[in-house]
Amino acid sequence: MTDLRIRRRTTESAVVVAVTGELDSSTAPEAQERIATAMMTDHALVLDLSGVPYMSSAGLRMMLLVYRQAQTLSIPVALVGVQDSLLAVMEATGFLEFFTLADSVTDALRDLGSISGAVTS
Amino acid sequence: MTATTVAAATPRRRVDSFPTDQISGFGVRCGRSLPFGATLVPGGVNFSIFSITATSMVLVLFRKGDNEPFAEIPFPEEYRIGGCWSMTVYDLPVEDLEYGYRADGPDAPGNRFTPSTVLCDPYARAYSGRETWGATRYDGSRPPYRSRLVFDDFDWDGDTPLRTPMRDLVIYEAHVRGLTAHPSSGVRHPGTFAGLIEKIPHLEALGVNCIELLPVFEFDEFENSRENSDGQRLLNYWGYSTVGFFAPKAGFAATGSHGMQVDEFKNLVRSLHRRGIEVILDVVFNHTAEGNENGPSMSFRGLDNAEYYILGEGGEYYNYSGTGNTFNCNNPVVREFILDSLRYWASECHVDGFRFDLASILGRGPDGAPLDNPPLLETLAGDPILRDCKLIAEAWDAGGLYQVGSFPAYGRWAEWNGRFRDTVRRFVKGDAGQAGNLASALIGSPEMYRQRGTEASINFVTCHDGFTLADMVSYNDKHNEANGEDNRDGADDNNSWNCGAEGITSDSEVLDLRSRQVRNALTLLLTSLGVPMLLAGDEFGRTQGGNNNAYCHDDPVSWVDWDLGEDHRTLQRFTAGLVALRRAHPCLTAEHPTGTDTAGFGYPDISWHGAGAWQPDWTEESRLVALMHSSRTQDGRPDFVYIAANSYWEDIDLELPRLPDGLMWRRAVDTSRPSPEDVCLDSPGIRLTTPDTYHLPARTTLVLVSDEQTPAL
Repeated sequence: MTDLRIRRRTTESAVVVAVTGELDSSTAPEAQERIATAMMTDHALVLDLSGVPYMSSAGLRMMLLVYRQAQTLSIPVALVGVQDSLLAVMEATGFLEFFTLADSVTDALRDLGSISGAVTS
Repeated sequence: MTATTVAAATPRRRVDSFPTDQISGFGVRCGRSLPFGATLVPGGVNFSIFSITATSMVLVLFRKGDNEPFAEIPFPEEYRIGGCWSMTVYDLPVEDLEYGYRADGPDAPGNRFTPSTVLCDPYARAYSGRETWGATRYDGSRPPYRSRLVFDDFDWDGDTPLRTPMRDLVIYEAHVRGLTAHPSSGVRHPGTFAGLIEKIPHLEALGVNCIELLPVFEFDEFENSRENSDGQRLLNYWGYSTVGFFAPKAGFAATGSHGMQVDEFKNLVRSLHRRGIEVILDVVFNHTAEGNENGPSMSFRGLDNAEYYILGEGGEYYNYSGTGNTFNCNNPVVREFILDSLRYWASECHVDGFRFDLASILGRGPDGAPLDNPPLLETLAGDPILRDCKLIAEAWDAGGLYQVGSFPAYGRWAEWNGRFRDTVRRFVKGDAGQAGNLASALIGSPEMYRQRGTEASINFVTCHDGFTLADMVSYNDKHNEANGEDNRDGADDNNSWNCGAEGITSDSEVLDLRSRQVRNALTLLLTSLGVPMLLAGDEFGRTQGGNNNAYCHDDPVSWVDWDLGEDHRTLQRFTAGLVALRRAHPCLTAEHPTGTDTAGFGYPDISWHGAGAWQPDWTEESRLVALMHSSRTQDGRPDFVYIAANSYWEDIDLELPRLPDGLMWRRAVDTSRPSPEDVCLDSPGIRLTTPDTYHLPARTTLVLVSDEQTPAL
């Protein structure tokens, strides 16, 4: 079992969750629980994955579960810092199309700001 | 402001989510027989494996990539119901798990138990061992294949099979790897399911609405691998040798090394469906990769050899498939197995249909004799889950059975119409005695399919097996030296003609004729009643250099080259134009004509013509066939289509049949004209200079369509 660290901060419009460590079948359930706990209605969710060097199929599924949970609460989700190798896997399997990608947390907050503005208006 | 949580870990609330026994250090309990295979259940994995003849079974567990198992768990006798052993094992590392079975049983005639061998689960939905295409050669140190678990929770996002009416299909036959492996494909994931997605715009531009994939079930590209005399590596590239009937080939997935080939395959299906393109799989149930007496025990023969294979009295393998063994398709166990496999692909993977390789074997009984009423074929035809699936038979086998026109259809089965292929090829190259045969081919081969309808006829001129269309007009003889068998392999009877020079030439006269001959064949294919099938790349002149049996070439011989020259682009435009023409005229996708005035214009729905209108020539030497469809468009407007095919080496002056008052002929296709005049993309076509006659050049196919008369300017 690899160490998993999850940090959370809240801005005016978003919850930013930074995940550090590998996401696989041993860590994904805990990560999912903590991300789910962190989600707030009326706040977008930004997942900072720049500290995730590897994500297995179970990790990807956890992400999709998070997306589906967020969707039922009308919470937009953006991913930041996704590694290129992971991006290729997400693209090939269709996982990518469910998410908004951003280069930085700042970009994500800006992109989601416009999205959530559109959702609430 | 409320934070919302959902319990992430699956709660163990069920009574059966706790172990009852400890075996080999693992918590286990008696499992469920159904479903067969390995299934994720709360807290563990349910393993279910059956054998009619085995007397003991051991579950063998490996960590991913290890040669030695980390656990062997014998099934307790009380975990067996009938011939099925099932056990739930708790707290397994499911993502890193590989598994298999050791089966033992009596040393009786027909049995081949080898408990020293770890067998694959026939029901596994993924295998490890060949995760990256061509990457590792089997070195004998371990069996190449282990069974793996999959999550089976793909998010389809509302996708369903398309249920396109059979008669509306235009099928495009392609090899997953071959379509994008060539560097010119320009895709990010060459040779994979993901790479194929990037070619969907090409399929859309062409107008095809169904892709038929050469085998995608797990197979071993290194089976019988060897080198030819040039030191070139030859592989089992086509893949007609199945290892796992529930598993997409990992090596066809960019994510195979992550064990995500099932997700990637499903994403391909979903992506194609979104663009209105159906997916038909070429499935190979006539034999398996276990070969003959000298082949490897991978799964079936170590479990129930005498059930799965047709055996002789001495236990030898019958070889109706030409590949070493014959799957015992009408044995009750095998029938259920095949049904389970097809149901899986249809229901879990949203596949729209199947093309059955050497399907006549599916109609043979356990003694090898053809059955009058084969239970398997009837079962598949009547199965509720498969109800909307296309079922297409390659209606022959390597044991001499040839059932084109007589395959047991149960109102459901279509056939690869081999007679259509042979007729069109012979006619186009100018053989005598083909006019009558071509007439029949053009209207859906009613002599074979009158009862079953035009949708029973899958029309094709080329397929993966044989010359490409460009090679059909460039080579008189096969050139298979690179296959390493001294040019002995591959069919000798190709009905091909090189148009005056064998192979590559700079003779412009020869090249012009080839270009026209290709267009003639495509025009006849795409204006015939029935369901047309194109071979990938034929729409832009793909060549295999005269190789008509490229099964072993994982190289540019087989790969589609996307670097298009001007000739290729114009042919692609022409092909797309023909597909559009087909769609614009319902009479080209209609049921068999009746010869009566169904449209109400005073004309029969089909009429036959020659150099003179209403004067067809069916004599042996006739090389001209002309027909006219009289029908209506979907919104009820008059729709006449006139097709004239001249395979004679001289021009012919045609007298055109007279249209009802107020209508005039326009030219849609003339294969003698240079692009872009070869096909008119703008409805309703080009106005004729003379309204009642047409000068039809030698070796030319013409399509005219009716239009409302407009006053001359």
